[in-house]
Amino acid sequence: MAAPTIDAPAVKVLSRADLTKRLVAKLGRDEAVVAGIGNTNFDLYAAGHRPQNFYMLGSMGLACPIALGVALAQPERGVIALEGDGSILMALGCLATIGMVKPRNLTIVIMDNGIYQITGKQKAATAASADIVAIARGAGIANSHWVRDESHFEELVSRRFDDGGPVLLAAKIDDKPGTAQTVRDPPLIRHRFMRGLGTARRSALDA
Amino acid sequence: MTWADSFLRTLKENDVRLVTYVPDNVLTPLINGAAADNYFMSIGATREDEAVGTLAGAYMGGLRGVAMMQTSGFALIANALASLIVPYQIPAIIAVSERGTLGEFNIGQVTVARTMRPTLDSIAVTHHTLTDEASMPFIVDKSIKQAFTTQSPVVFIFSPLLTGGNPAAATKLSEE
Repeated sequence: MAAPTIDAPAVKVLSRADLTKRLVAKLGRDEAVVAGIGNTNFDLYAAGHRPQNFYMLGSMGLACPIALGVALAQPERGVIALEGDGSILMALGCLATIGMVKPRNLTIVIMDNGIYQITGKQKAATAASADIVAIARGAGIANSHWVRDESHFEELVSRRFDDGGPVLLAAKIDDKPGTAQTVRDPPLIRHRFMRGLGTARRSALDA
Repeated sequence: MTWADSFLRTLKENDVRLVTYVPDNVLTPLINGAAADNYFMSIGATREDEAVGTLAGAYMGGLRGVAMMQTSGFALIANALASLIVPYQIPAIIAVSERGTLGEFNIGQVTVARTMRPTLDSIAVTHHTLTDEASMPFIVDKSIKQAFTTQSPVVFIFSPLLTGGNPAAATKLSEE
């Protein structure tokens, strides 16, 4: 029998909205947060907008590559990618890239409900056999962990995000949809994110 | 100066430091040239859409970049262009080596190459085909400046007329 890859025998099923709120509450250094398509960014938006949040409205699977780019551009800033299990299954190669590049300021949080919730709750491979933490470790992200419960999550995110990475945290979550709808205005999202990162074009229009 | 050195020099002149790429035979002098130069930060991606995503994040973080790929890899990035780069107005610089024409031996490359320009035209992404060393610096320099000034992507298609094409093709074609 293969060795178990889940840290605790019984991993509690958690809430995406609750975990996202707990994460945001821990951010004290203007960390950038890149949230993937669908429920992941809806719940980030619902947790209260921050200037350093980026919301993806398409390009499924690219939250981690986008976050990697931000991390490379701003090595002193902690960067967090929030992604769903269906999305990361679509882009597993990026975990190998991140495992190779090893950005010390990048943390990935995977919300794993085992389903494609937003398209009708179709089953994902994560519900059957795919283990995101084992995949991430195999891809070279040694610091990858299953979240046991809320307090374990708080412990894992009570740290400086600008060092010690790359880190991947995966949480088993319930099948609830996101709790808000992100404003669908991509140029505004991009511009506000760049303002939050201090990279936006400055003009009188900012007044 | 070779076409590859010329392109890398123009990237430098425009402060384009990040190079994300999926390997390609024709672009080898570009990819290896960037990797050997400390000015550039080179990141090998596993897929072309990943390379484009990383480029987008880096731009928003204040680091300009270019994504390099071959024609067939371009066919993987339609969604990244249409749902990330174009709507979010991100000035992605993309370099594509043109397979599928002027001495191609692989029918799959020929077919996928036919999708490239219609795809770019359908989403109104500017593209220039680079065919000779004389006009290349002007086209590349002005287009990169235009991209960053207007918050728009640009695609440079490296024609076999410029690069000589895939070195493997000459052997394959003469075997027939």
